[in-house]
Amino acid sequence: MNKKQSLFHIAKRDTLPWYKAVLIRGGAIVLALIVCAIVTTLLTGENPIKVYSTILYGAFGTSRKSWVTFHNLAILLGISLAVTPAFKMRFWNIGAEGQVLIGCLATAACMICLGGKIPNGLLIVIMIVASVAAGALWGFLPGIFKAKWNTNETLFTLMMNYIATQLAAFFIIVWEVPKGSGKIGIINQNTEAGWLPVLGGQRYLLPILLVAILTGVMYIYLNYSKHGYEIAVVGESQRTASYAGIKVERVIVRTMILSGAICGLIGLLLTAGTDHTLTTTIVGGRGFTAVMVSWMAKFNPIMMIFTSLLIVVLSRGASEISSVFGLNHSFADILTGIILFFIIGSEFFITYKVSLRKGKKEA
Amino acid sequence: MFDLASFLPRAVMQGIPLLYGSTGEILTEKSGNLNLGIPGVMYVGGICGVIGAFFYEQSTPAADMNAFLAIGIPMLCSLLGSLLMGLLYCLLTVTLRANQNVTGLALTTFGVGIGNFFGGSLIKLTDSEVPSIALSATSAYFSKSLNVGGWFGQVFLSYGFLAYLAIVIALFASYFLKHTRTGLHLRAVGESAATADAAGINVTKYKYLATCIGSMIAGLGGLYYVMDYACGVWSNNAFGDRGWLAIALVIFTIWRPNVSVLASILFGGFYILYIFIPTGTNLAIKELYKMLPYVVTLVVLIIVSLRKKREVQPPASLGLSYFREER
Repeated sequence: MNKKQSLFHIAKRDTLPWYKAVLIRGGAIVLALIVCAIVTTLLTGENPIKVYSTILYGAFGTSRKSWVTFHNLAILLGISLAVTPAFKMRFWNIGAEGQVLIGCLATAACMICLGGKIPNGLLIVIMIVASVAAGALWGFLPGIFKAKWNTNETLFTLMMNYIATQLAAFFIIVWEVPKGSGKIGIINQNTEAGWLPVLGGQRYLLPILLVAILTGVMYIYLNYSKHGYEIAVVGESQRTASYAGIKVERVIVRTMILSGAICGLIGLLLTAGTDHTLTTTIVGGRGFTAVMVSWMAKFNPIMMIFTSLLIVVLSRGASEISSVFGLNHSFADILTGIILFFIIGSEFFITYKVSLRKGKKEA
Repeated sequence: MFDLASFLPRAVMQGIPLLYGSTGEILTEKSGNLNLGIPGVMYVGGICGVIGAFFYEQSTPAADMNAFLAIGIPMLCSLLGSLLMGLLYCLLTVTLRANQNVTGLALTTFGVGIGNFFGGSLIKLTDSEVPSIALSATSAYFSKSLNVGGWFGQVFLSYGFLAYLAIVIALFASYFLKHTRTGLHLRAVGESAATADAAGINVTKYKYLATCIGSMIAGLGGLYYVMDYACGVWSNNAFGDRGWLAIALVIFTIWRPNVSVLASILFGGFYILYIFIPTGTNLAIKELYKMLPYVVTLVVLIIVSLRKKREVQPPASLGLSYFREER
């Protein structure tokens, strides 16, 4: 074989005790934070400890800030939960962005066209049905093509994102208020028709509670239900699944409908729950971030709480940094990127064992 | 009336960044790496060129600028920046065998962040009123064209040298993939890394080289956009979703860079069609026209998968990392 032997020997690990895996991941995050600190100091000349305390202040400094942070956390977590069943099936759905947006669009459509014409309770029911159906449709299309003709789902869902964006852009101009502004503004500002009820005087509370319930349900669904089991088997090997009598096509389509439907529901929470408007950037890239959140958590809904918290705190903190130190908000993206790279890289050391080669005898 | 002579050059200028991006991505995907970080790479390619040009313009008065340096410095910076992004992607996906989708998306977040952050910092350095940097002196060198009059000159000869370079690179990449032994090896790696490995092809080396060179080509797309198309004006997020459109173009052309030359112009045309089609007061329709490139790509993607012809399929092991001991 090769004369030149590589310096390292790499072998697959059997299973790693959980505390070691946690240690490796924790180490990666600590290392990432150190690198982030160095980068911050180099770029801004600020004391990194001060920068980190500013990040924490930006996320949790006041009760209002904490509420916004937790709301952002809920939305990101919700989208991550939505994409997870698909990922567990090894279906690379990167179309959450579009699925959420189409949910927002459906919600806004109901609010604008039906607001004030029917009782509010009925309107909200119709909104829920519409947003879930729209999201489900956006998930169903790539799902059915993947199942029937093995169309590449990554690229399919990617295209669906932009179709949703342009559809939203189209309707924003159709419904723009006032004419010519290119914006919808707050929908039904006077009547508040179709606005989701405010719990306990805090409009962020309802989405947070809903997503908390969703997290538990999703955990049970994935780990203790027949559907969850089928998803896991299809993800491991489609052949094994079909030998075991699982209808792979049906599982793929069903899971994608579920994935899209939850995304649509998150869209409802965004438009009817807090923002009360529709813009093409209302999802703000969270559909893509959710992919990384879900993957970092190894598709475990409980772990996702922590991974999405990490991302949200960084992003909220970075906007605080940008105003305090006069940097621009994209700084958060750089920090997020660095942390992601470290976590992505650390997975290798969990799956594989690396040892130095001991001289030529072994070779 | 539809003004073809002014429409075509604009379509071409829109198409060139896409052509760079798609040629780079095709090369990358042929090695089995689905690099979703291309949008980020193109941002980095653009901003690195801007940084290079910015400091050169700051240090030298416009009159003393040397044409060779004015083009060379931004280009070198741009290539270097995108090379680093390519290396980062390879390190994670090839050496550390990380998931390609996740790595690519992270790379895009990172790259766009870098672009906007440094863009924003440079804008602050210049203390200008508008949120953009204008590098008109450097841009003048990049967009220097032959300037022959008439419709022929306008349609074929009105572009800066980077536009022609894009076409040359695409044609060369096409020739390389189809007619050279190295190209054959590269395709083998993308189709089945295990088979290629058994045939004595160094899988790691091919993946690294293809991805890094692909990134550098894509990075030039960002540079072209800033220096030529945008006349040297960098403003944050102006590059938009062109990186994703470049990935769409890869599917649209069914992994063939030579087709990409014309297809990129077609896509460029789709991208600006809404400006040229008279819609009267109905502005909303324009937004639907902007949907065209994505719908068309989707249709192609579906048709390709329906036909199941072997020549038109994506590389078989696209998106999978390779580990020799795992077969």
